[in-house]
Amino acid sequence: MSQQESLYEQIGGEAAVNAAVDIFYRKVLSDERINAFFDDVDMEKQAAKQKAFLTMAFGGPHNYTGLDMRQGHAHLVARGLNDSHVDAVIEDLGATLRELGVKEELIAQVAAIAESTRDDVLSR
Amino acid sequence: MGATAMAIIRYAKDNFELEENQSVLDCLTHGGVIVPFSCRSGVCQTCLMRATGGTPTEASQQGLKDSLRLQNYFLPCVCYPDNDLEVALPDDADAQAVIPATVKSLRLLNTDIMHVELESHAQLDYRAGQFINLFQHQTQGRSYSLASVPHQDNHLHLHVRRLPQGRVSGWIHDELRPGQTVELRGPGGDCFYIPGDHAQSMMLIGTGSGLAPLYGIIRDALSQGHTGPIYLFHGSRDLNGLYLSAELRELMAHYANFNYIPCLSGDDVPAGYASGRAHDIAFAQIPNLKNWRIFLCGHPEMVRVTKRKAFLAGAAMKNIYADAFNVSQPL
Repeated sequence: MSQQESLYEQIGGEAAVNAAVDIFYRKVLSDERINAFFDDVDMEKQAAKQKAFLTMAFGGPHNYTGLDMRQGHAHLVARGLNDSHVDAVIEDLGATLRELGVKEELIAQVAAIAESTRDDVLSR
Repeated sequence: MGATAMAIIRYAKDNFELEENQSVLDCLTHGGVIVPFSCRSGVCQTCLMRATGGTPTEASQQGLKDSLRLQNYFLPCVCYPDNDLEVALPDDADAQAVIPATVKSLRLLNTDIMHVELESHAQLDYRAGQFINLFQHQTQGRSYSLASVPHQDNHLHLHVRRLPQGRVSGWIHDELRPGQTVELRGPGGDCFYIPGDHAQSMMLIGTGSGLAPLYGIIRDALSQGHTGPIYLFHGSRDLNGLYLSAELRELMAHYANFNYIPCLSGDDVPAGYASGRAHDIAFAQIPNLKNWRIFLCGHPEMVRVTKRKAFLAGAAMKNIYADAFNVSQPL
């Protein structure tokens, strides 16, 4: 493996995001710990957002700022979004990648990127 | 005009000069146009726009649903065109001209639903399953799905259900007469058949007049040579709510791959009808929807719940087409 290859490239780039998005969203919607937050959302728009999130978590190109993360989740924090929900999302993300046969060391890197958004997501 | 302009972006009658290495989104927002956006990387689709003139770049249509791509929708945040574009936001009503149409015929399909046949005075480039807005007067219009198929039917067909205290539907049922001229705008909506995968299995679920777009989509698919199995579940409370049953049974006799399952959710269910709600029956009969194409039309709550269920049953998001019939609240 070339040492220059980025995390995003190692996972498989856009094709990997496309392969992961439906699996991940299905896991989230089936996850009783968090699926109530998704009851009233437009599924198409949500799927596009999941795709943007995965692209970011896979180390891909994105323009999200901490402020975007805060603004995007503030209404959910008001509804009780907390650490346990973020844990659940990161867990679902790991399970998705495992299902796609991604190596554990890469999954750990993805989880770390997702983890880095925790405080912004929870408005802390 | 600036010497550096790469192209002209036209929005709502204003011209904006696109600079070198500038996206259409940046060009518009710098010009003061309010376009909602989020990721600015061509992923989240928040800034979705439509080219009403010119062709958007291929890169700006990446990842969009086929039905959106075919209608020239694109993502302005990753669009760097060399050619001029005329663009609109998805809900800009002014993006489409008003077209007059003559009422050719009106006939009841059952006690509540009127079959309206309209002859458009200008060519309406639509796909079966899309909708038009029909205007009673300038400020009062409603969306109705097209049950007609462009290359099969000469005129536009609508199935208009009379709503309690419905202003426009009441006007259509009680006052509209053949020969009268009405105004319409459209088409819109991305719930239609896309040729390409002729062997794909298709499931269509509709309640009430949600049959209208599905009737168009099915006939469109069959006439384009769709060979995969097509299952239509049409639901209503009682027998009177189901309509076009004879036509659908005839279609079934004609095409071995088409299956029509009329569903009744009320207590009185004669032989030949499935008992229960259409979407429950559909999921019981076909529990695994991996690789299926799904169409859902009608009652908003049915559409919302069923969309989620279909996705969880394995249907890919890009293969789910839905049209919720939202009813405006009577004043």
